[in-house]
Amino acid sequence: MAEAAMKISQEVAVQITGMNKWYGTFHVLRDIDLTVQRGERIVVCGPSGSGKSTLIRCINRLEEHQAGRIVVDGTELTNDLKNIDKVRSEVGMVFQHFNLFPHLTILENCTLAPIWVRKVPKKEAEETAMHFLEKVKIPEQAHKYPGQLSGGQQQRVAIARSLCMKPRIMLFDEPTSALDPEMIKEVLDTMIALAQEGMTMLCVTHEMGFAQAVANRVIFMDKGQIVEQNEPREFFNNPQSERTKLFLSQILGH
Amino acid sequence: MIAFVRKEMLEASPPPASQHGWQGWMRENLFSSPLNIALTFVTWIALGAFTNMAVTWLLHGVWTADSYLECQEIILAYYGPEASGPCWAVIRERWHQFIFGFYPVEEWWRPVFCFGLMMLAFVAPLFSDDVRNARRVIVPVGVLTLVLMVLASAPVAACVIGAVIFVGALAISAKPLRLLPWTGVYPFVAVWLLWGGSLAGPVMALLGLVILGMVVRLLSGRLGVPLSAGLGIVAAFVWWTMLEPQIAASLPGDLAFLAQVGSENIGGFLLAFVIGVSAISMALPLGILLALGRRSDLFIVNKLSVGFIEFVRGVPLITLLFTASLLLQYFLPPQVQFETVLRVIILVTFFSAAYIAEVIRGGLAGLPKGQQEAADALGLDYWQAQRLIILPQALKISIPGIVNVFIGLFKDTTLVSFVGLMDPLRGVTAIVRADIDWKGAYWEPYLFVAAIFFVACFGMSRYALYLEARLKTDHR
Repeated sequence: MAEAAMKISQEVAVQITGMNKWYGTFHVLRDIDLTVQRGERIVVCGPSGSGKSTLIRCINRLEEHQAGRIVVDGTELTNDLKNIDKVRSEVGMVFQHFNLFPHLTILENCTLAPIWVRKVPKKEAEETAMHFLEKVKIPEQAHKYPGQLSGGQQQRVAIARSLCMKPRIMLFDEPTSALDPEMIKEVLDTMIALAQEGMTMLCVTHEMGFAQAVANRVIFMDKGQIVEQNEPREFFNNPQSERTKLFLSQILGH
Repeated sequence: MIAFVRKEMLEASPPPASQHGWQGWMRENLFSSPLNIALTFVTWIALGAFTNMAVTWLLHGVWTADSYLECQEIILAYYGPEASGPCWAVIRERWHQFIFGFYPVEEWWRPVFCFGLMMLAFVAPLFSDDVRNARRVIVPVGVLTLVLMVLASAPVAACVIGAVIFVGALAISAKPLRLLPWTGVYPFVAVWLLWGGSLAGPVMALLGLVILGMVVRLLSGRLGVPLSAGLGIVAAFVWWTMLEPQIAASLPGDLAFLAQVGSENIGGFLLAFVIGVSAISMALPLGILLALGRRSDLFIVNKLSVGFIEFVRGVPLITLLFTASLLLQYFLPPQVQFETVLRVIILVTFFSAAYIAEVIRGGLAGLPKGQQEAADALGLDYWQAQRLIILPQALKISIPGIVNVFIGLFKDTTLVSFVGLMDPLRGVTAIVRADIDWKGAYWEPYLFVAAIFFVACFGMSRYALYLEARLKTDHR
């Protein structure tokens, strides 16, 4: 019995059960149940204000949930700061506005957390950082400051910065929404490459092309609830709920 | 026909001459409109008249005379009855009181040495990775300090120690941060140099801080920073109040290499610098903690910080100084006796820390929320996030405000004359003018004091500009 339980916990990356969240009296997330298997690529979409960002921000406790359980990699998120820091060091996050540290060089951005959180020696951290910067195809920018890079480059650095912590799960919060059209592709290509390596990913995005290319599940949210989830082809070609149909007609219609 | 395809791209061409060179500058800044032209000429005439007056007055200056009256006679004899001029002879004869107060003549080398060592202590924090500017400070300050010490007939041993320290500092200055330990030790050296007496006192006080540091270092991994810091402070207090007196009593000899100089002899700019520099260097860390406290979610920490800041800011500095000189003694146990200077330093520190806390709070509020979130998302804990991500940026934004407070603080040190200390502006000037020989000297002492204050404050302001330029990484 114990063995079986262990086996499951090894396969489940994130387990959310009966989770509710309020901002003041506003009920933002309602009875969320979600299980993410290791290696799954999930795209979360929905109209603005539907709670999709809030949902993935709960997974690394940037937002606190008030009811229900969130278990990440076998660690339950409670008020215990040790657990929170543990989860955060295992879960990478990429933000809409990149949130690079403007006072540090690209290389320092990438080595900071490994050095201070993981206690990796500086030299080793720099080697890892260069490895991931090469992976996102901007090693030559390592000694520049974020302000000298374009939006797309900054977002790729942000991805590399998260990867330097060798996370087991990656969260993407609208990673391409603040980018010029010319730069969206370079970021999506990076994300696709990451997905192909088997990273567990949860992406809030409106890039339906990306969803069709790499996701193995699409979740549609509205008014703080999961309205519909399905594998991408079914989701796009054969949406079940009226709300989903309306949403899809609006974002794919033109 | 709207179809158009550019075959070759145009090269950039230089702007017209009237737009950039000096003609362009004059046209834009001095003669852009009739009103502007009129203002330009009025300003030129006013400036010319003022310069003429000031230069004539300064040219009539008298440097050698025995009294203010004699100055007047010399000016009358040379430049006629209409002329007036400054009597610099008063500065020439009394400069040392403006600088040292009543510090004994044969010990003048000690404040001089102290000042040189202070500049050296500034090198690491101010020029942490700027070797060129670090050396630009170390070399001239070292040379000047040694020359002045020799002129003040310092003991040979002190000059040798000074030379060794400055040469040693220069030798390791390839990484200015290596001088940081000196910055930590300096306050204790300074206290001993200025006040003299037994070496045991400062050493024991320093050991208390070492104990604090060790406790924090050993326990912060397990108990977290705030709790271990609290325990460290308790340990240091136990050392200072219980263990230290016993150990000090059992020491053989009194270790007094320097003659004792009482606080009542310390005045002039020496006093201004002692109060100003101590308060500035303590107000910044305290202000940072108060600013963080004011933003903290912890109820008690938050309310204590807010209460402290609002109370101290809401009270005039003079009130605090009177508290320092009179009231503080009532609240402390009778066996604790602080020097007035020390009490004044503590309250000036509190006063400035409250202002700095508010300036830094502004800087913290100016940071995008995403910075804290990114730090959190990477797994940094609270203190790491503050130290590595939040504060470096918030402090950078706050530099102009912080320097503003520092400059204000330095000039406010003149207010200590109200509690009977000998500040350079009112205290020393009053003493000098009380001399029957120098009765009537108004402009000269004030100009002299103003000039020194200006140099110090302008220096701080320039340093702030340098720092802002060096920390500029946003490339906007």
